[in-house]
Amino acid sequence: MSLTTAHSVVAPTPLSKRIAGTIVILYALVSIVPLLWIFATSIKTPPDSIAYPPKVIFEPSAEGYCNLFTTRTRQTPEYISSLPPAANFCDEVTRKRNMVIAGPSNFLPRFVNSLVIAFGSTFCAVFLGTLAAYGFSRFKVPLADDLLFFILSTRMMPPIAVAVPIYLMYRELGLSDSALGMILLYTAVNVSLAVWLLKGFIDEIPREYEEAAMIDGYSRLQSFWRVVLPQATTGIAATAIFCLIFAWNEYAFAALLTSGTAQTAPPFIPTIIGEGGQDWPAVAAGTTIFLIPILVFTVLLRKQLLRGITFGAVRK
Amino acid sequence: MAEIILSSVSKRFGDSEAVRGLDLTIAHGEFVVLLGPTGAGKTTTLRLIAGLERADSGTIRIDGADVTALPPSARDTAFVFQQYSLYPHLSVYENLAFPLKAPGQNLSKAEIDLRVRATAKLVRIDHKLESRATRLSGGEMQRVAIGRALVRQPSIYLMDEPLSSLDAKLRADMRLELKRIQRELDATLLYVTHDQIEAMTMADRIGILKDGELVQIGTPREIYTAPRNIHVAGRLGQPSINLLPRGLIPDAGLPDAARTVGARTEHLHIEQASNGSADGTVDWIEHLGDQTHLHVIAGGRKLITLAPPDTALSSGDRVTIRYRDPLCFDGNGDRLGGGAQ
Repeated sequence: MSLTTAHSVVAPTPLSKRIAGTIVILYALVSIVPLLWIFATSIKTPPDSIAYPPKVIFEPSAEGYCNLFTTRTRQTPEYISSLPPAANFCDEVTRKRNMVIAGPSNFLPRFVNSLVIAFGSTFCAVFLGTLAAYGFSRFKVPLADDLLFFILSTRMMPPIAVAVPIYLMYRELGLSDSALGMILLYTAVNVSLAVWLLKGFIDEIPREYEEAAMIDGYSRLQSFWRVVLPQATTGIAATAIFCLIFAWNEYAFAALLTSGTAQTAPPFIPTIIGEGGQDWPAVAAGTTIFLIPILVFTVLLRKQLLRGITFGAVRK
Repeated sequence: MAEIILSSVSKRFGDSEAVRGLDLTIAHGEFVVLLGPTGAGKTTTLRLIAGLERADSGTIRIDGADVTALPPSARDTAFVFQQYSLYPHLSVYENLAFPLKAPGQNLSKAEIDLRVRATAKLVRIDHKLESRATRLSGGEMQRVAIGRALVRQPSIYLMDEPLSSLDAKLRADMRLELKRIQRELDATLLYVTHDQIEAMTMADRIGILKDGELVQIGTPREIYTAPRNIHVAGRLGQPSINLLPRGLIPDAGLPDAARTVGARTEHLHIEQASNGSADGTVDWIEHLGDQTHLHVIAGGRKLITLAPPDTALSSGDRVTIRYRDPLCFDGNGDRLGGGAQ
């Protein structure tokens, strides 16, 4: 084999680069179009959002966002014309539809619930998972393999199969519709994933580092803190993203176990549609805002996420 | 004064006995090298002394105090690992300062700085103090690793094949440096290797380990000239010792009990056969640059010895071979006469 053919296997030709680029762009379009569509819907007016054929060119409006954050009541045109001039944009668009703003909607508190529950459970799952993974990785745990399998097996049951027992237990324990209950539940679901993922990462950190630290005069816990944790940050970040995505998106348990004060955004968003006709722009606006935290978190930690997906195969 | 005394220390891992009834005393300021093949128990011995493994039986004393049950941090040892020796998330400076910041050290910032810089100078890495540990070359990393062991001034130094991952040139430099540093600090140092050159050049005493047991311990000279048995004889010498059965070549005058004759280059006299009576044939001559190996076939066995670079012999030549005071081993492989017990 000549040097050039051997080389052509490694270095892409302009043609193959172009083909690969086209495929990637097509795939990206297919993936991004639904998101773009949701965003576009969120800035349409309600009539535009249900127009047929769908409008691709339209005049953007923030009405969906106004509707998302407010509740409105229908009034007679006479009453509306008797009001003082509209104070802001939202007042104005609401009055055009013969309605007035009655107060803030539940979206913000539900969104805050989602943040508290998702980040809270992610922190607990990663914290417990790191300690457990370190234990499994470094100590002779009796029946370690069986325990690890048991931990994994907690993930095997579909949520719907355990939903009713959990509902009954939560009712007895007073955990129904509480943020604490949801944090505990998501932690329990995520901790198995966290243990397995993190054990892989910690297994890869050579023991010599901790042993060196222990000989240097540090206790095991101090060595863990000073030497193991800094090197496990990649794995911890990747695990945190996976846990966060699950807890953020979870719908089934949230719909079943939360209805009021602790309700998260996923079961709340579909309820928007019931308030005052088919308000697709408001639903789309809620969805768009709901997407932002995960997007930001993932973009911030994308390097760690990439390494997490390859399970530490890319070192240095 | 830092003296290590191991008495009948044993350690098993599952079914295999890594160290068996080991007795070993290392005096203050002594450089002892443990030599042996993989699995002989060298590393386990070091880890037992450091406290990274607990002995199943026996006692370990450092400076007269029984440390058998103490955790590593309470033993005041320093350990240089074969690899993975530096904390990758820290700079060279932070790596060197790490042992000094350990709880119980109570050193001021200025004091730490002073000692880090002095140590860095000693191991000649002071120009790279701010570099990330992962940005160093292999030799630099190992120098920092040795520096990290030195910086705390522990009572004993334990080194587990610290030079094995380096290239030949660097290894030769580091051998000299290690010996220099050990002399300068008057340090007690236990060093594990399977490289006989490291053992010969650095050790005050060499201990030969085999299957978890200490076969022989003595000065490099003793181990080389008076090995206790065939195994020890085979550990030292390049090319390695020729072990020949009795009667292969004329061996009149050797003790009757000798079953195996061990012959290194200096034990053999080889010259061109003159009048038809030859003992062997030159197979080939191997030029290694600094050494010339002579391969001779005698009675179906191959002998390898050193030859002068300008040797007149060439492949196919018939030669006479005579022993010159070789090592003799009995049927059990123990050496006859001298130190064998």
